[in-house]
Amino acid sequence: MLAYIGRRIAAMLVILFGSSFLVYNAAAYSGDPLEGLRTSTDPRVHAKVIDLIRSLHLNVPPPARYFIWLKGIGKVFTGHLDLGRARDGTLVSTHIAGAIPVTIRLLLLSFILAIFFGIGFGIVSALRQYSRFDYALTFLAFLMYSLPIFWVAVLLKEYLAISFNNFLLNGTIAPIWIASAAAVSGFFWAAVISGTRKRVFSIFAIAAAATAFFLVLLSLTKWFTHPGLGPIMMLVLGLGFAVGVTYLSTGIENKAALRSSITVVLIGFVLYFPVEYFLKKYASLFTIFIMLLVTLATAFGAGSIFSKIDRRPIIRTSVITSIFVGLLFVIDKLMKTWVPYINTDAIHHRPIPTISESNNLLPTGNFWFSSLDTILHLVLPTIALILISMAAYIRYSRGTMLEVLNQDYIRTARAKGLSERTVIMRHAFRNTLIPITTILVVDFAGIMGGAIITEQVFGWRGMGTQFNQAIHGQDLNLLMGVILVTSSLVILANLAADLLYSALDPRIRVVGKK
Amino acid sequence: MSIFGRKAKGIEKQTDGDIFNKETDGLSQGQIVRKRFVRHRGAMISLIVLFSLILFVFSTLGFKIFGIGYGGWWKYKITDIPELRTAGCAVQLPGCPTLDLLPGKNFGLGEHPFGQDDLGRDYFALVMRGAERSIEVMVVIGLVAAFLGIVVGSIAGFYRGVIDAALMRLVDFIIVIPVIVIGSVLGYHFGSKGVLFLALFLGLVSWGGLSRLVRGDFLTLREREFVDAARVAGASNRRIIFKHILPNAIGVIIVNVTLIMSGAILLEAALSYLGFGVVPPDVSLGLLISQYQDSFTTRPWLFWYPGLIIIMIALSVNFIGDGLRDAFDPRQRRRISRKDRAAERQPIVKK
Repeated sequence: MLAYIGRRIAAMLVILFGSSFLVYNAAAYSGDPLEGLRTSTDPRVHAKVIDLIRSLHLNVPPPARYFIWLKGIGKVFTGHLDLGRARDGTLVSTHIAGAIPVTIRLLLLSFILAIFFGIGFGIVSALRQYSRFDYALTFLAFLMYSLPIFWVAVLLKEYLAISFNNFLLNGTIAPIWIASAAAVSGFFWAAVISGTRKRVFSIFAIAAAATAFFLVLLSLTKWFTHPGLGPIMMLVLGLGFAVGVTYLSTGIENKAALRSSITVVLIGFVLYFPVEYFLKKYASLFTIFIMLLVTLATAFGAGSIFSKIDRRPIIRTSVITSIFVGLLFVIDKLMKTWVPYINTDAIHHRPIPTISESNNLLPTGNFWFSSLDTILHLVLPTIALILISMAAYIRYSRGTMLEVLNQDYIRTARAKGLSERTVIMRHAFRNTLIPITTILVVDFAGIMGGAIITEQVFGWRGMGTQFNQAIHGQDLNLLMGVILVTSSLVILANLAADLLYSALDPRIRVVGKK
Repeated sequence: MSIFGRKAKGIEKQTDGDIFNKETDGLSQGQIVRKRFVRHRGAMISLIVLFSLILFVFSTLGFKIFGIGYGGWWKYKITDIPELRTAGCAVQLPGCPTLDLLPGKNFGLGEHPFGQDDLGRDYFALVMRGAERSIEVMVVIGLVAAFLGIVVGSIAGFYRGVIDAALMRLVDFIIVIPVIVIGSVLGYHFGSKGVLFLALFLGLVSWGGLSRLVRGDFLTLREREFVDAARVAGASNRRIIFKHILPNAIGVIIVNVTLIMSGAILLEAALSYLGFGVVPPDVSLGLLISQYQDSFTTRPWLFWYPGLIIIMIALSVNFIGDGLRDAFDPRQRRRISRKDRAAERQPIVKK
């Protein structure tokens, strides 16, 4: 195993060397860094040119200059990585170090959500193969696949951010919107659950009525201008989630799982006020982390107490439920921050921003303020990225699921008399995840490239911005810094995918020797 | 019924097996593929849409190939600057679009179907020129990538050994850099030299994935019995590659070239949007969107039409690719309709 990783890393370095050499020369020969200065009428232009030639080694031909650059990279082994200097004399590594966290923040959430929804929709679509739902989803997936992100972004800015901000000034939903939302939700759930005609109609009616009821309730109580969950709402949501997770993971007939997950929700409900106080008094990321650990321990305990045999699925169910309850606490806290947040001068009742990654005018030092600000800045780019990257996951997981459903072990599972839920969730779903996992890892590196456009459209100052600046300013060292980071990520992701594949699929073994 | 459903798909496969065999009885591979493709409704509609769109777009402004020119049927050129039309528009919106698809007295294209931009240029002409550029870029990238991918992939897969290792390292070098990154570097410097030049360079960096797939197919196909048989019969390497292996790998190639082409449209649009692709005075759909995205609130037509055309082209190409994939996939089976099932249960008795 170690030998295999070692061999792969050695190959990785060779590939990095080769590709950076190609790009370095391509970029160096196709651009002229002194272009701007040649036409300049500044009397000191000669001194500037000489200065630039000396600092960027422009008197050395590009293939040789590449090795000067490589020498700086080579210092990584002695702990002093030197990515060279940008044209303005600042260190490239400072630029990159500042940009990476911004880009990761931009991509991580959308990546996770796109996977979640993409796989979910894809699998339901496969289970309903050749149904109207399947056809509709296939069409939607292709449509999303064909969308230019910069075009979607403008639409989102207009129809989501600006219109939603206008809506928030009042906070009441027009009846026509309630009716349409109810109809959409009715159609969606009817298509997902399906069954006989009579059943489809009743599901449609129930889903539509429930949606309409909630929207009217939220609209009447001015929930959109004064959001919050409160203990009762959290209890209701938590119980609903507990039942849902139990249904999917062990089946509702497993009383131990149901009891332990409901207990977790009840513990959360009882501890609402202490937790609330704690989150207010010691607001920081560290506190949330500690609380997460406590939550997980509680869930683990509850799961162990209630289960006698077959403990793992029960503990798993209660742990998933507990994470959701913990999330509800954080969401509740963020919602309580909402009213003071939108009343600040910096926000001025326009909470959904269309540009940049944070609001500099906001009062500093308040953890919940800055968290809410970060999240709201993420809304638009995240939706845009999800829209365009989800399509591939839907298609891929649908295809894989269909393939898995035709395997012999699925027939065996059915022949053994297992319930359809067990067959799908335990046998088909898990085997579907194996090939998906590997493309996901590789894909994450790929969307680093997509960040270039997204950052440009939404005005984020991350890697993409550095890249744009580097190209427009003919800044070779900065450009190479960005490319080095992205291509290293691609290679690392490929390695991770192979290792993950062998860990997940026992049929595949990595070998140290050829 | 639960969300998991109760239909046991594994069983369906066995009982209905006979229907599938009947369907493909006595047909050649090509005939089966064609039959399956024609049955894919989405793909057929897309094919018709794409071809009509191409004809429409290229006939609008006219073209000139090897001296033979056709002037185009549209009255404006992209360089014309007619006066801004105010009649029939709202006060703040001069140059509004005249396209009317509802039956009535205004039905038809009108004076400026897609409106006019801020200078008064006919936006229909601009969008059509942009669409021309997109289709050209798509075709050129597709051809270049297909050529390189097939050549490199088949040589590496057929000859194996050192040649394979060397070529695949080259592919690794190219494939680790995201296409949009390397495309921007090349596009920024070569975009001004014309759109075909840009497409050529983008094609030079988009063939990596295809060559890997072709290589994989060649590696498995070259071990098959029919290749041995051909070799024993005295066929040359060239003949084996072109006559025996390549036709068997053509499914993978066609499907992937389609995907590369739909990606190429979005790539060109994205690069032009960023300013690394087509540059003014030439026109491209991505460039139009980037130029007019700020006028979305005041004159939305400047923003809508180029985007819709991009989506139309990319969507039809994607659907065609899907139809081809289904057609070439040997495991792909048709949905069994109730009628087929009934026919299966009650065989027609001949008198």
